[in-house]
Amino acid sequence: MRDLAIQVLVVVAVFASGAWLIGNVIANFAALDKTFGFSFLWRLPANYDINQTLIDYSNTDTHLRAAVVGLLNTLLVAVIGIVLATILGIVVGVMRLSGNWLVSRIAAVYVEFTRNTPVLLLILLWHGIVINAFPHPRQAADIGGLVFFTNRGILVPRPIFEPGFWIVVAAIGIGLAAVLLLRRRAVRRRETTGRETRWVLAGTLIVVALSTVAFFAAGMPVSFDVPELRGFNFGGGIALLPEFAALTWALAFYTSGFIAEIVRGGINAVDRGQTEAARALGLSEGRVLRLVVLPQALRVIIPPLTSEYLNLTKNSSLAIAIGYMDLVATLGGITLNQTGREMEAMILVMLIYLLISLAISLFMNWYNRRVRLVER
Amino acid sequence: MYARSIAAAAILAALPVLASAGTLDDVRKRGSLNCGINTGLAGFAAPDDKGVWQGFDVDFCRAVAAAVLGDASRVKYTNLTAKIRFTALRSGEIDLLSRNTTWTFSRDADLQTTFLGVNYYDGQGFMVPAKLGVKSAKQLGGASICIQTGTTTELNLAEYFRLNKIKYEPVPVETATEARSVYLAGRCDVYTTDASGLAATRASTDAPADHVILPEIISKEPLGPLVRQGDDQWADIGRWVLNALIAAEEMGVTSANVAEMAKGTKNPEINRLLGKEELQGRASLGLAPDWAVKVISQVGNYGEIFAKHLGKNTPLAIERGLNAQWRDGGLLYAPPFR
Repeated sequence: MRDLAIQVLVVVAVFASGAWLIGNVIANFAALDKTFGFSFLWRLPANYDINQTLIDYSNTDTHLRAAVVGLLNTLLVAVIGIVLATILGIVVGVMRLSGNWLVSRIAAVYVEFTRNTPVLLLILLWHGIVINAFPHPRQAADIGGLVFFTNRGILVPRPIFEPGFWIVVAAIGIGLAAVLLLRRRAVRRRETTGRETRWVLAGTLIVVALSTVAFFAAGMPVSFDVPELRGFNFGGGIALLPEFAALTWALAFYTSGFIAEIVRGGINAVDRGQTEAARALGLSEGRVLRLVVLPQALRVIIPPLTSEYLNLTKNSSLAIAIGYMDLVATLGGITLNQTGREMEAMILVMLIYLLISLAISLFMNWYNRRVRLVER
Repeated sequence: MYARSIAAAAILAALPVLASAGTLDDVRKRGSLNCGINTGLAGFAAPDDKGVWQGFDVDFCRAVAAAVLGDASRVKYTNLTAKIRFTALRSGEIDLLSRNTTWTFSRDADLQTTFLGVNYYDGQGFMVPAKLGVKSAKQLGGASICIQTGTTTELNLAEYFRLNKIKYEPVPVETATEARSVYLAGRCDVYTTDASGLAATRASTDAPADHVILPEIISKEPLGPLVRQGDDQWADIGRWVLNALIAAEEMGVTSANVAEMAKGTKNPEINRLLGKEELQGRASLGLAPDWAVKVISQVGNYGEIFAKHLGKNTPLAIERGLNAQWRDGGLLYAPPFR
């Protein structure tokens, strides 16, 4: 009875404060002569330029398109940041478990530094390093005249695929099909005779050989647009803006410390007896890790890893501190400011972050269930 | 920045209905004026060596405080970036925005603000390092250009380069201070903002001579203070404080002679301005009869404020130009006190 009363009270309180907030919004909007609506998104031209656009965009396009450009920039940072953070995190996490004192100490220092520094400071730090320590375009540092480091960005050659390139793609496809076949045979052979085949090595050789032959047979159908200095800046190639590079790297750097600890914890959580038993069966070290330790460690690793991915994605909104044009800077920043639609813009930005986070969670939960199936 | 926008949205949601009329009463009751100023722009709003905010825009806040509260020092300053200034004003966080803000149609009509007039006629220019040898904005093809987000200059820049078919890379920054450091680090070749802002930024570099301001002025930027829409009395107060500053210069009333003049002069308009002669409607403004005396004695007239913060004897060394009195070939023209 008391439980029920408390629950009713909580529900009433939640609804009452919700109604109070909404009521105030309506009253304050009326007092300010404001209307609520999202038509500004497609009705008004954005009128501002964005320096990194993954889709075609000009300042005569709508605010909606500007918001999509910003959203794609957010997703780009999130995806690349997550990949980088995962790789770094796994490497450092395994290093921490190393028997080598120096290696494990270095990893420990890395983890403590990244985990105990505010991420905003890391972002500002890396941005400061890129724009202050990297040379001006006219004194750009280069690697073999192909990759250039400047305070306007890191420039790499842009591959241009000519029509003949589909032959190479086809060759790679055939190679991969052959690898699948090889693997099937290898598995059958192991199951029937218990003998191992080195199908990975053979498969790699087949793919490399096929694609190389196809590449030359098709007359080398790839050329490169190499960056070169034109006037103030480099033209051609692909430019990674300093803001993008600094933000992605800072986020990956920061998050990798947490991931390293999660990986270490996950591996430690697997009973030593499991490793010893696997070794006793005569499995190689690689197989012990791949077949026995990792499948069990993953079950422990995946849930906290998901929350790190969510953190990284949400932290990417700190982009605004260094002028990276993400969702917050476009829709939640310039568009909000130029149109005066704080409520609408903020609701949209929050909804979009919520959707991105839910999407990541759903994917990771699906992956988690898949990993769980391995459990016997 | 971001947090502020959320905060403003939250304030809109959580505040009990704003008292739409009665800003004057609110300010009197509070005993201080909440004034929004720049986060730091030499000459317009910057802390002095004692940490006290000083500048052309700051002095307008002080003038309004002197008129309303009788004491120019009773101002609570809120430092705002270009991006969040209107939100702060609309949500009631500040009573008055005095932050080199351009008067445009959309801001006046759509953003629920009321501009009080123009206190600085400006235009958008470009600054480049002298060593680049650039002579005209038309030569800036392919350049990286630092630009403050949430400003009219951002929109002018996009339009100007589109019309002239010049490509450029915009490098967005939040504040004038950030623009300065990013520009000096060489992240951008060019810094563009209002010419007054360029002069301020240039003056605050170690070697101002190393930077040149290009001849092109690509826009009209009439800067002025503004208030929330919907409180006509409060807007009238702000508008007439500005007019009083300008009229006082025109009529030769200065902080040095205002006490003497307040005793009565041969010029009836001066007498009306300073409260010595009756001025119809003075009571409707809701201020003390001698409000203009308090303003001019504590803050000075327009010319004094300009000379103190922007004029020839300051590091900015800005000419009066368009901001001279109409009799001297400028655009300053206060309506009569009658």
